[in-house]
Amino acid sequence: MASSTRVTFPNKFLPYLLLAPQLAITIVFFYWPASQAIRQSVLREDPFGLSTQFVGLGNFKRILSDPNYLNSLQVTVVFSIATAVIAMGFALMFAVMADKVIRGKGIYRTLMIWPYAVAPAIAGMLWLFLFNPSMGTFAYMIRSAGYNWDPLLNSGQAMLLVVAAAAWKQISYNFLFFVAGLQSIPKSLIEAAAIDGAGETKRFWTIVFPLLAPTTFFLLVVNTVYAFFDTFGIIHAVTGGGPGKATETLVYKVYNDGFVNLILGDSAAQSVILMVIVIGLTAIQFRYVERKVHYG
Amino acid sequence: MIQNNPISRIVAHIVLIIGILIVAFPIYYAFIASTQSLQDIMRPPLSLLPGGHFWENYTTALFGGIGRIGGVGVGRLLINTTIMALAIAVGKIIISILSAYAIVFFRFPGRMIFFWLIFITLMLPVEVRILPTYKVMVDLGLIDTYTGLTVPLMASATATLLFRQFFMTIPGELVEAARVDGAGPWRFFKDILLPLSKTNIAALFVILFIYGWTQYLWPLLMTNRNDMTTIVIGLRKMISFADADTEWHLVMVTCILAILPPVLVVVLMQRWFVRGLVETEK
Repeated sequence: MASSTRVTFPNKFLPYLLLAPQLAITIVFFYWPASQAIRQSVLREDPFGLSTQFVGLGNFKRILSDPNYLNSLQVTVVFSIATAVIAMGFALMFAVMADKVIRGKGIYRTLMIWPYAVAPAIAGMLWLFLFNPSMGTFAYMIRSAGYNWDPLLNSGQAMLLVVAAAAWKQISYNFLFFVAGLQSIPKSLIEAAAIDGAGETKRFWTIVFPLLAPTTFFLLVVNTVYAFFDTFGIIHAVTGGGPGKATETLVYKVYNDGFVNLILGDSAAQSVILMVIVIGLTAIQFRYVERKVHYG
Repeated sequence: MIQNNPISRIVAHIVLIIGILIVAFPIYYAFIASTQSLQDIMRPPLSLLPGGHFWENYTTALFGGIGRIGGVGVGRLLINTTIMALAIAVGKIIISILSAYAIVFFRFPGRMIFFWLIFITLMLPVEVRILPTYKVMVDLGLIDTYTGLTVPLMASATATLLFRQFFMTIPGELVEAARVDGAGPWRFFKDILLPLSKTNIAALFVILFIYGWTQYLWPLLMTNRNDMTTIVIGLRKMISFADADTEWHLVMVTCILAILPPVLVVVLMQRWFVRGLVETEK
């Protein structure tokens, strides 16, 4: 990197002044609370908040053997995989089709990116409005067809609804990246395969799809992070973690234990576990970015 | 150039139209519902064409005040959300362009430490440290204030990293030339760096505006008063499934009003936004 030979300004004091606002905010609102979360996670408060004692890894041990926590872990994994697979599958299909058409490309793209601007919670409410058992039109149609549809009582259906809303919102984002990825594939490769007699389907699976792998992998990480954290609004607005605990994701549980049930130590320990998960995901993402810089 | 056969192109159009239907239908349907009377909404199936209550519903929601959120009008919520989204977008851009400028164009003790201090925050979204952050906000007396809603979300590494990456591509000769001509750091920043960063700033503005507008957990925690909250949270408070007195026609008006501004920003600034998004995140 040319950074060692960079031409710079000789000021001594100015750079600190320039950095000050970001550092101040970062320390007050990031480092201080994060360190408090770690401190809190090894303490246990009695129910009245009168005394605290050091319990070491006790909070972690209890959480990790708590069936509710394990349930929420499982819910999160199922929810994330389903959301990522559905959102990416549809987006890839639409992107491939958009790559094929010649007329109307711009219009399709413009119409396709709308949900990016919709807040996850609102996406959830829109879908709930369509499928809500008392007055949703789709719910009405499903019921008229003889199915017993009630996402507010049936846990499988509740999960289906939040996954649909979460995936719907994420299609636009994935679509844009897949379109960009498809455009960067050299046309000559595809032509060569066509001359060798490979049909459209075969060309897709043997050339296009493997060459899209970096995009797909990047999106997989982004979608997982999205499903873990950004979908809090959907869960909170649509199901509130229910019915039972069928849609209680990890982030929702941290919120619920901390703010509703007021179990501070547990909530903090869960926060710390989440931090570890995010750091892991970010590390994976950066390894990928690094590879791309070197070989891409 | 391979000629796709016409049939496969027609199939492509059909699939895309189905895609658009999936993507647009929930929004379209909310719009339809927002023009109907409550009675019509409660009797499914709902018509696929707009009803006759457009003005009535929209003016009631915007100016009339909604019972469930303490009589606050949606207009007020829109103002709050706009302030929040704009402040976060502008504040974040200013803060991160300054710190990226310091890190790239100056050499000073502790430079790398500061860089890493900022970089690590990339890994700590609000969601993983909610409770302690909330406590800090309470201690600082920032609940129910615009400062509390916006400032804590202004510092994040993404924008700083983006500007840093862009600044690194600026040739050293440019800096040298500016220095030879007697331009100080401020002149260089204002007359050379800012104009060069225009596209990046525009792209980032769109992304951050959407980010600010769609926040959920943060305004949920930071506001107790209904007149200080955002439209998304207000919307959540208007819905109740337990009892039947949710005013769905007004809920749907609010949905549309909450969706419209960010969609307009994205669609109108599409060119910068798409480039910015695909480039920023890679």
